Amino acid sequence: MGNEENQYKVIGTRPIRPDGVDKVTGRAAFGADFSLPGTIVGRVLRSPHAHARIKSIDAKLALALPGVRAMVTGADFPELPDEITAGGEAPVNFRDVSHNVMARAKALYEGHAVAAVAATTAAIAEQALALIKVEYEVLPHVIDVRDAAADGAPVLHETMFTSGVEPAPKKPSNVAGRTEMGLGNVEEGFAAADVTVEREYTTQAVHQGYIEPHACVASVTTDGQATVWSTSQGQFMVREFCSRLLGMDRAAIRVVPSEIGGGFGGKTTVYLEPLAIALAKKSGKPVKMVMTRDEVFRATGPTSGASMKVKLGAKRDGTLTAGDMTLYYQAGAFAGGPAMLGCMTGFAPYALTNARAVGYDVVSNRPKAAAYRAPGAPMAAFAVESAMDELAQKLGMDPIELRLKNAAKKGTRAIYGVKFPEIGFVETLEAAKKHPHYSAPLGPNQARGVASGFWFNIGGQSSAAVHVNEDGTAEVVTGNPDIGGSRASMAMMAAEVLGIEYSKVKPTVGDTGQIGYSFLTGGSRVTFATGKAVCEAAQATVNELRARAAKLWECPIEDVEWKDGAAHPVGGQTDTRTVLSLAELAESAAKTGGPISGAVGINAAGAGAGFGTQICDVEIDPETGKVTVLRYTVVQDVGRAIHPAYVEGQLQGGAVQGIGWALNEEYVYDGNGRLDNPGFLDYRMPVASDLPMIDTVMIEVPNPGHPFGVRGVGETPIVPPLAAVANAVSRAAKVRLADLPISPPRLLAALDGK
Amino acid sequence: MARVLLQREVARRFAGGLLELEVEASSYRALVTALDVRFPGIAQALTVRTAVAIDGEIYADPLLEPIGPHSEVQFLPVIGGG
Amino acid sequence: MSKHHITATVNGEAVEFLCETQATLLDVLRDELGLTGAKEGCGSGDCGACSVMLNGRLVCSCLVLGCEVDGHSIDTIEGVAEGAVLHPLQQVFLEEAALQCGICTPGIIVAAKALLEKNTDPSEEEIRYWLAGNLCRCTGYDKIIRAVQKAATVMREA
Repeated sequence: MGNEENQYKVIGTRPIRPDGVDKVTGRAAFGADFSLPGTIVGRVLRSPHAHARIKSIDAKLALALPGVRAMVTGADFPELPDEITAGGEAPVNFRDVSHNVMARAKALYEGHAVAAVAATTAAIAEQALALIKVEYEVLPHVIDVRDAAADGAPVLHETMFTSGVEPAPKKPSNVAGRTEMGLGNVEEGFAAADVTVEREYTTQAVHQGYIEPHACVASVTTDGQATVWSTSQGQFMVREFCSRLLGMDRAAIRVVPSEIGGGFGGKTTVYLEPLAIALAKKSGKPVKMVMTRDEVFRATGPTSGASMKVKLGAKRDGTLTAGDMTLYYQAGAFAGGPAMLGCMTGFAPYALTNARAVGYDVVSNRPKAAAYRAPGAPMAAFAVESAMDELAQKLGMDPIELRLKNAAKKGTRAIYGVKFPEIGFVETLEAAKKHPHYSAPLGPNQARGVASGFWFNIGGQSSAAVHVNEDGTAEVVTGNPDIGGSRASMAMMAAEVLGIEYSKVKPTVGDTGQIGYSFLTGGSRVTFATGKAVCEAAQATVNELRARAAKLWECPIEDVEWKDGAAHPVGGQTDTRTVLSLAELAESAAKTGGPISGAVGINAAGAGAGFGTQICDVEIDPETGKVTVLRYTVVQDVGRAIHPAYVEGQLQGGAVQGIGWALNEEYVYDGNGRLDNPGFLDYRMPVASDLPMIDTVMIEVPNPGHPFGVRGVGETPIVPPLAAVANAVSRAAKVRLADLPISPPRLLAALDGK
Repeated sequence: MARVLLQREVARRFAGGLLELEVEASSYRALVTALDVRFPGIAQALTVRTAVAIDGEIYADPLLEPIGPHSEVQFLPVIGGG
Repeated sequence: MSKHHITATVNGEAVEFLCETQATLLDVLRDELGLTGAKEGCGSGDCGACSVMLNGRLVCSCLVLGCEVDGHSIDTIEGVAEGAVLHPLQQVFLEEAALQCGICTPGIIVAAKALLEKNTDPSEEEIRYWLAGNLCRCTGYDKIIRAVQKAATVMREA
């Protein structure tokens, strides 16, 4: 684990998180916990149809209801250009975002927002919704990704012409784009193979499943200044999206982040905030909006279901000669599913000189897909890692040996063209092979599966400020919501650089008026990129502290060194130059130039890639088709674990979300395109009694791009489990399970069809 | 001369399918300008939805990054996350 | 529609409030009494984030009507710590990093406390089945189960 030789005082320890007491006592304020005096309630009217033209909306009766204060429809939002916008955030089509938060000419999925009202109570708002008369012309709909891509499917957008194909199509379709990438020549690679495997795979749409529904309060003053309190993965994202959707200046919108009750990518966009601002503007009252769980399922997230084909070729000794994959990913009702990311990540763990990946981004009458932990990667990895397992079986090789034989290393060129820098994939395979789990005996109907996975991890823009308080304690302000303990890691990194105790550092998540722009909490970037900003802000503070000591000592700053939280004279103490602690320098700050702070804004490059390998033991019940996960081990290169307990938590939580994806979770639609299971009873996420303990092995191959070697850790753990589980079940059942989820009826059918 | 690797789609649309070429440039900005002279319109395609890896280091918002005489410059899609 | 006048005991203190017929106990706790520690994750009794004790029995407060608690006793997460002193479960949850986002934590602590009051030395399996009604999407439950085991030990040794 590496901590035995820890050269640090704070990094690598496991202190209690600064926001912990509030969270175990119920005091922490999440999205729905905030209200202002005079707040009224906003509710959304949603389309009951999967695909329908909105012919008219008559709100006369609703607006006449006592207590109703405002209503908005698509007509209240400006039309935006249909274009991809580059900028501070990832590329986004804001016209689509606008049409997703409020339908215009057509409702594109069941649950699509059609109107919103604000009233003095929730009950009156609900009554008002029932009084709004919407005249729909119901249109034919399409749910399945292959059906949607087929000729003759009902077309969602008359302006959608498949990009990435030559010549450009003359007819609109539901295929938003085709993407292709490759290395070498796959035909030659397969010709050189002794053994090939080829198969089709499917996964279903699954929801991020955060326990906290979307919620916000918006207040707008008569001079057009808006304040929004909301739960999201990024207060600056909420500000930018609302600014663009409503045509307001950034400075006219202040976004205050609440505590966030889970996101996993699902809170990287807006649903309610623009509606709440619009209703608050019209009504002159603060408006609170909270989704029900039903609305969360029908109108937010999920991630794409996928239909995929993978072919692998290898020499008899296991050396891969070629890999080819075709991915059809559901985008939901608007373009922009993660098919491209599937193409980039699926083969990434392996040194393939001949590889091709083709991806299709396909719209259908489902809610617009949102990011979910390593977006696009788990599906492709399910297909590729299942194929690797089948190949190992065909070659009579151990599945870890097959992966070791082909593992990507420093210098391996990935299919998206980049040569990997320092990575720890081989180390994860070696550790998995040596782990006692891998050689433990198995009983009847039991088997073991292995799978690996990759995620890029990202950096990006982050701001951080460190302020030294008068008594020698310190504040650290950043702009990223703390979704799983990041306040602790920010405070730890600041404490390490400043050389003071962790308990003396107070971390704060600032609102958009209190700290500079920061990209959202996602892409496994916060401990890396915002952590790097904190390190640099703390270092700038140290330099200022040294300058103050230099003033007092009347010497050049070069003669002052900082160690153990104090200024030391280079060359040793003298009568006039005695060691000055941070607290002493803080106390005299007024006399040496005023408050001592350090603030930085960075755009962090050098996010280290994350690789992991997971081992899963299952037992199948041939009578009922039930799969029990008996034992599970997650091995991952984490770079450097700042707070190891929260890193373990990421590995465990990600793996369990993947287990749910593999065994239980799926969006089920009826024949009318309506979601059949919009609740936790029927959308079955893993519960405590479904699971064993989740063992973790943290490999630390430091990332040279971060002062302490941090790599992102949040996303990689959800990449391997789909195949780790499916490979174990396939070996136990002696039949390949290529369609997720492996629910009891599906396993029984596979056993019967064997 | 820096070695430049284009994405297949961009290569097909703007560079007659040329996937790999050599360009004399000391910064990312100069490199894109030089590419646009040779393949008009490519600069616009490379500024939206495209990140760049210079000697393996990925930059989401490149502009001023220096390019060495033997650098490898690889265009790739912008990567987000959950 | 007139409201109902209800008197009850919440965290040991007498309270009275007015509530509409359809308001749930969860609505009353959060909106009338300002006790927002219990969370609404589903409104259908599936996630356990709104867990409270009603007359010593663990319930989902979203499945109880506010009118039903007249004359009854309710204990919420806000009453688990004794003043500034955390309950062993709360302390151990912090030490063992048994929370990530923290939205399910109040419900899980209320539920786990109910278990440990009935069974001072539960097995791993007993803890897992007892907490099967409390969803956590962040942790994969590992650290939660370990924290409850450790809290049981701490409480037995106290």
